[in-house]
Amino acid sequence: MPVAVELAGVGFSYRPGQPVLTDVDLAVEEGEFVAVAGPNGGGKTTLVRLALGLARPSSGSVRLFGEPAHRFSCRETLGYVAQRAQVGTQGPVTVREVVSSGRLAQGGLFGPLRRRDRAIVDDAIADVGLADLADARLGDLSGGQQQRAFIAKAFAGEPSLLVLDEPTAGVDAESQEALARLLGRLHADRGVTTLYVSHEFGAVEGIVERLVLVRGGIVFDGPPQALPSAWHDPSHAHARD
Amino acid sequence: MLETEFMRLAFATGAVVGLLAPAVGFFLVQRNMSLVGDGVGHTAFAGVAAGYLLGVSPVLTALVAAVAGAVGIEWLRSRHRAAGDQALALLFYTGIAAGVVLASSAGALDVDLFSFLFGSILTVTRGDLVLVVVLGVTGLALIGLLYRALAAVVIDEEGAKVAGVPVAALNVLVAGLAGVTIGLSMQIVGILLIAALMVLPVIAAGRVAWSMSSSVLLAMGIGLASVFAGLTVSYYADLPPGGAIVLLAASAFLVTSALAAVRARA
Repeated sequence: MPVAVELAGVGFSYRPGQPVLTDVDLAVEEGEFVAVAGPNGGGKTTLVRLALGLARPSSGSVRLFGEPAHRFSCRETLGYVAQRAQVGTQGPVTVREVVSSGRLAQGGLFGPLRRRDRAIVDDAIADVGLADLADARLGDLSGGQQQRAFIAKAFAGEPSLLVLDEPTAGVDAESQEALARLLGRLHADRGVTTLYVSHEFGAVEGIVERLVLVRGGIVFDGPPQALPSAWHDPSHAHARD
Repeated sequence: MLETEFMRLAFATGAVVGLLAPAVGFFLVQRNMSLVGDGVGHTAFAGVAAGYLLGVSPVLTALVAAVAGAVGIEWLRSRHRAAGDQALALLFYTGIAAGVVLASSAGALDVDLFSFLFGSILTVTRGDLVLVVVLGVTGLALIGLLYRALAAVVIDEEGAKVAGVPVAALNVLVAGLAGVTIGLSMQIVGILLIAALMVLPVIAAGRVAWSMSSSVLLAMGIGLASVFAGLTVSYYADLPPGGAIVLLAASAFLVTSALAAVRARA
């Protein structure tokens, strides 16, 4: 299978002498569903930011679908759901407005949304179970519903690569299950390459094909079943915050 | 009131300013940059003083200084050369100090300069009106055309970057429009108060708006109403227009807050 994301010998530091990631080699094939786990500060978010070209590595190279990530030419095919604390506005904005903003790269910068784009937005809203709340203010919704709106925004872009950073943080169990069903369907029907960053994978454990543990570098990369049993213990050094 | 030419000019200029200032201010407020207008206003003050010193139109030099200042703040912020409030402080104090030094050198620390600081309905000329209409309508058209893109950056800047939206260029555009708005509005509202017309209608609209687009349109309506009512009060009560306009915009916040409270109880 062609490679969607490739990191080769990647190192990254925010300050000299304090590396966040060292010597990372990772190749994610198109259509894979990869879970990225690790402790807080271990470099998970940095890894996906590098993969998306949002940050440049201090050493090594990062490629997206064969092109250097920071110069990737088909960005409209990328979907990203950042940690909830990093997204959103305090102003009045409806679910439909949030999801519509996910069609911007496809529909063009100028003018209103076309009919086809509006239909895709409606479908994405329905997919996450928010059809009845499409015109509700985001601020009036629960944390889980708000997160589902941002996930619908990423879906509306019809991505080839979907990156979700802690999508279930602070989300109720019902929303977690709805998200898992949705991701499973997206993966099965459209073969979307997915990087799912989280502390825990209870909701999506049936979909995850490959687990990557990050702690300053990649300390495990393989099928979840191959994870040494000691590492399932939250007190283990690789799992601990 | 409208039989006098200076009032017709003030109303025509005010119509453009009343719509443009909240439209641009909306995108500053939503990105927690409400005070940028204040910093840029102080740079515009240095531009006015430079105009007096150089013997050219203070409106033109203020426009240039305001746009340069606004784009400078965005550059410092986006390149992480300074935190947002530090970038603002740099511009704020440098602008006011340069303005005082330049105005003093030009021997212009007088009543004319005060009319730029607090606004004056007597100072708008036909040439100023043409400039305001051309630049103001261009600014409003740009916001209309790029509304979805500007909104996408407000909603999720990082997600927009990932999807290939030209976020940096759009942020510079908003900064440039903020500079133009301040340069165009200073005669009516005054350099020291123009930032309020960019921010207060947006905050007032946010109390009762049901969506982002309704918030922008309501803010523009409140801005326009505040300018027209403020100019009228200014004419009949012989008050500086800037103060009257801003006080009316502030009262709009009280009205919409009361409406929101009533709605919450219903």
